[in-house]
Amino acid sequence: MTDEETNKTNNKLMSTQVFYFVATLSIIFSLMVIFAKNPIHSVLYLILTFFTFTVHYVLLNAQFLAVVNFIVYMGAIMVLFLFVLMLLNLNKETEPVKSPLIKIVGVIAGCCLVVTLVGSFKAASINSPLILKNQGLGLVENLGKELFGPFLLPFELSSLLLLAAMVGAVLLSKRDEVEA
Amino acid sequence: MENLTTQMAGVPLNHYIYLCAIIFTIGVIGVLTRRNAIVIFMSVELMLNAVNLLLTAFSVHSNDPSGQVFVFFIMTLAAAEVAVGLAIIVMVYRSTKSIDINVLNRLKW
Repeated sequence: MTDEETNKTNNKLMSTQVFYFVATLSIIFSLMVIFAKNPIHSVLYLILTFFTFTVHYVLLNAQFLAVVNFIVYMGAIMVLFLFVLMLLNLNKETEPVKSPLIKIVGVIAGCCLVVTLVGSFKAASINSPLILKNQGLGLVENLGKELFGPFLLPFELSSLLLLAAMVGAVLLSKRDEVEA
Repeated sequence: MENLTTQMAGVPLNHYIYLCAIIFTIGVIGVLTRRNAIVIFMSVELMLNAVNLLLTAFSVHSNDPSGQVFVFFIMTLAAAEVAVGLAIIVMVYRSTKSIDINVLNRLKW
């Protein structure tokens, strides 16, 4: 084995280890989102979860999605969540609690779901390793050609969706001035 | 960085599937077990993200950029959904002084 080949296998080993490490982190953080008592802590753990997802995108060489995930999710959506949480003045004391029975039933139902999913994927037995055939797959150039070519109509329609969402949000959160 | 992404060949596709299935299920458990409407929204976000990651993995696997374009659209949809949903939650909080979803059970009939 030449020097370069050993170097390559070392790199391969390292990047898979990075994947497993980040995957563990994202599972732990998403569990913390669910089980944190304080909703503010939930939001902060959700930000960490999204950060681990960004790392996953970078590992998959989807750099455009990594940047968009970073800006849209960790920037815009999380700020929205935090603002609403702070606006509503929620904390541990006002947090509604479900009965333990419902919690146990929910966790058991979730475990059934994951067992079913994993079992069916095992039956499908897709275990070919992920190989990046095209280095520029997730770069802006490649995605832009796709987005403004075959996906031009959905792209324009999504602008309509965003406009509708904006108008809806403003309309819903405006105070009723009928009684005033 | 260049080396790291070039050598991203070792992870089998089914490990990505398992990871996404687990995170999706965590989202489902969150929706089932929590009563705070905002935490339920966050669980929905988790589910959307699990699907996003799986779409990206499949897009890399089959060397097709369409999967990543779908992820882009899902992100747009998530942003719109969160804006409207949080506006509804703020409105519910104004009228009931609570974001406990059990308060909303009068909507059932």
